[in-house]
Amino acid sequence: MAASMVTVPVPKMESSAAPAVLTPVPSGIRTFLASRGSNKGADGFFGGLMLTCALSIIAIVLLIVWVLVMNSRLSLHTFGFGFFVHSDWNPVSGEFGALPFIFGTLVTSFLALCIAVPLAMCVAIFIMEICPKPLRGTVAFLTELLAAIPSVVYGLWAIFVLVPIVRDQLGPFLTKYFGWTGLFSGSNFGEGILTGSIILSIMILPVISSITREVMSAVPISQKEGVLALGATRWEMVRIAVLRNARIGIVGGIILGLGRALGETMAVTMVIGNNPQISKSLFSPGYTLASVIANEFTEATGDLYLSALIEIGLALFLVTIVVNTIARTLVWAVTRNNAAKAH
Amino acid sequence: MAELQMSPEISAEIRRASRANQATRTGTDHVMTALAVGGTIIVLVPLVAILVYLVYKGASSLNWAFFTQTPKPVGEQGGGMANSILGSAIVLSLASLIGIPVGIAGGVYLAEYGAGTWLGNVIRFVADVLNGVPSIVMGIAGYALVVVHQRHFSAFAGGITLAIMMVPTVTRTTEEMLLTVPNSIREAAYGLGVPRWRTVMSISLRTAAPGIITGCMLAFARVAGETAPLLFTAFGSQFYSKSLNQPIAALPLQIFSYALSPYDEWHRLAWAGALVLITMIMVSVGLVRYVTSRGQLKGGS
Amino acid sequence: MGLAIGVENLNAWYGPTHTLKDVNLQIPANHATALIGPSGCGKSTFVRCLNRMHETNPTARVEGTVMMGDTDIYKDASPVEIRRRVGMVFQRPNPFPTMSIYDNVVSGLKLNGFRKKAVMDEVVERSLKQAALWDEVKDDLRKKSGASLSGGQQQRLCIARALAVDPEVLLMDEPASALDPVSTSKIEDLIFQLKNQYTIVIVTHNMQQAARVAENTGFFLMGKLVEFDKTHKIFTNPSDKRTEDYITGRFG
Repeated sequence: MAASMVTVPVPKMESSAAPAVLTPVPSGIRTFLASRGSNKGADGFFGGLMLTCALSIIAIVLLIVWVLVMNSRLSLHTFGFGFFVHSDWNPVSGEFGALPFIFGTLVTSFLALCIAVPLAMCVAIFIMEICPKPLRGTVAFLTELLAAIPSVVYGLWAIFVLVPIVRDQLGPFLTKYFGWTGLFSGSNFGEGILTGSIILSIMILPVISSITREVMSAVPISQKEGVLALGATRWEMVRIAVLRNARIGIVGGIILGLGRALGETMAVTMVIGNNPQISKSLFSPGYTLASVIANEFTEATGDLYLSALIEIGLALFLVTIVVNTIARTLVWAVTRNNAAKAH
Repeated sequence: MAELQMSPEISAEIRRASRANQATRTGTDHVMTALAVGGTIIVLVPLVAILVYLVYKGASSLNWAFFTQTPKPVGEQGGGMANSILGSAIVLSLASLIGIPVGIAGGVYLAEYGAGTWLGNVIRFVADVLNGVPSIVMGIAGYALVVVHQRHFSAFAGGITLAIMMVPTVTRTTEEMLLTVPNSIREAAYGLGVPRWRTVMSISLRTAAPGIITGCMLAFARVAGETAPLLFTAFGSQFYSKSLNQPIAALPLQIFSYALSPYDEWHRLAWAGALVLITMIMVSVGLVRYVTSRGQLKGGS
Repeated sequence: MGLAIGVENLNAWYGPTHTLKDVNLQIPANHATALIGPSGCGKSTFVRCLNRMHETNPTARVEGTVMMGDTDIYKDASPVEIRRRVGMVFQRPNPFPTMSIYDNVVSGLKLNGFRKKAVMDEVVERSLKQAALWDEVKDDLRKKSGASLSGGQQQRLCIARALAVDPEVLLMDEPASALDPVSTSKIEDLIFQLKNQYTIVIVTHNMQQAARVAENTGFFLMGKLVEFDKTHKIFTNPSDKRTEDYITGRFG
């Protein structure tokens, strides 16, 4: 269609003059809009859809709890509370006691915290107070990168790099200088509680460090400046103004790290030796609650075996919920208080 | 007045003590600084070590065969992890298709409809609880909810389990991002007679889109590396899977079983697979950083 | 052309606070009406009741009648339908940050499902000319985002956006209070030009502004409408002592 263009002269507008008389209002717009309706139905449907999806989160958790409890019933009835204090784990004879796994989980988590907490504090203090500003983002990013590495990759590295180190270098060193503690006796094949704890500590460190940094940054600058004005050294300022103010939150971060450690599965499974024994030596192989599930679930013969494993899962679920809730409450309380004080 | 002044001997004594004290304090300060720096270095060493080692051990195995072939039988050289890469892609796509929309919708509810309400607070709390559940327990749940009913392992079960893990993360980040959208522009939309559903979709979500996408990518990166939930849902396989209702290979699963195997050839593949996995995750995390540093500037505050 | 607004026994609450008390008012069509009063007197709440924006607050409650033409806006129509017929300009400019200038102006149409591009092009030009913004942005319509303009330009963009849907009533809640004097006078010129085509209700803190722009003025105090009359009379010979006290600066 050949377009014949008609040029309409557009009135020139002076800056202070009134806008020119305008073309008649297209009333088609009014009729169009009037025809669009109240959208009550669409609004109701949409709101309902959003609500349903949000409620699904609650449904998911309830489902998980229900499914765990239902499938643990057999084991709960058979063993009762003794399940958690007996140390025999014998699938062949049908004896299931979870004590070795509780021991393994607690020891590795505790050791991992002992290693990770001081280091995480070092990193947090470094980033927040010592590191020159341009480098700050990079160092922070690198520590967060640690959190992005999947557990199985940590495990892979641990098997081929960490285990030989513990077996050939770290182990003899510890036996030589700390053997008197009795913690480093027995044969050391590299795989065991110590190696598991070390890799676990690397994995929980980013969490503790980032929470520590978050609560440290919530400390109002006025507090820090006040202490410095009194002549404190930088370390004293950190100790008195920052850490003291933030300590509840830091404890929260540590507990969050604990929660992470309790549930960590793959990397620990790959290097802990997977032997349900309770021993004093850190070189001996061990077994954690998460590892036994990972290793034996698909091989479990018989309902009792499976039920026992699921009961372990239930215990893990409940404990991590409690631990994480405590941790979050502590962190939330601190960041909220300090944010309020800062204003 | 004379009694109120300190004798010169006492003043000198105080000065001497405070100088000594000052020396201790300065010394402590230096020691602590050194510890902080040292600690940071100790922490960054494993990070660098792992990444370097991965590249060193894995890069040489990244050949065409790796990406296109399935594992060869034990003892034979060569082969690849094509089925695991494809399997991971399938399971992750399934998980994202379910988890991301549900998660975003949950976040929309929390920010736009349920903000400040009792129900909203409960849902937020429960979402945080769900985030803290160990992934192995999620695997048990996936097994009990899907595998038991289907009577076999499947990609479907794995996808659902990972989707459940994505939902709380996506919900919380969507909520956080939507709360940064100023209420004034919602009011502008309402004032124009735009219905609420349209305001949420075209105004709130659109404005918060960069941040929401970031949240989805983070959730994706997190589940991409998960092994435990797939152990008894997707289960793993040595071959390509023909349907979603069969067990399916996944990269983390394959790395796990290869790492524990006694064969050097499989160890070699495990390293390569780990390198691919980490690269994928790092790229997602890197993209996230890039988007957050640019996306919010589009269109001003 | 604009509509007349009839308000009868209007009461409004925010939660337990009784913000508007028994307001009765007839706002004439095709004129500009100013509402003045000290902070917190309820004039903003009143205006937000006229397009049912007051209801967007979950604790809000309204009783009474508001007639727009022959429609009882609370009984005969839904909030969404009313808001499409009544345009609103807010105190702080709020253009949509992710949209271009063009998209911002037609957002009231596009987001309600309008598709005809040719009409939208015409509407954009008309509305921006009405808002005295056309010359400044006509080359950047699709390139610049709405939020990249200056404060005064953003507010004129919001006015263009409100005009694009061809409303029958235009409500303005202190539209120039966040702007510099030059932008303010441009906006006052706008209102002066527009008032014969639309019914305009403008809330303002600035009595000189009311005097410059509006034919009628209402004085609100503590939720009540104290006096409503020709602007000239309100400012030179008010009937109520309270009005006189406010005008002469004894409070507020």
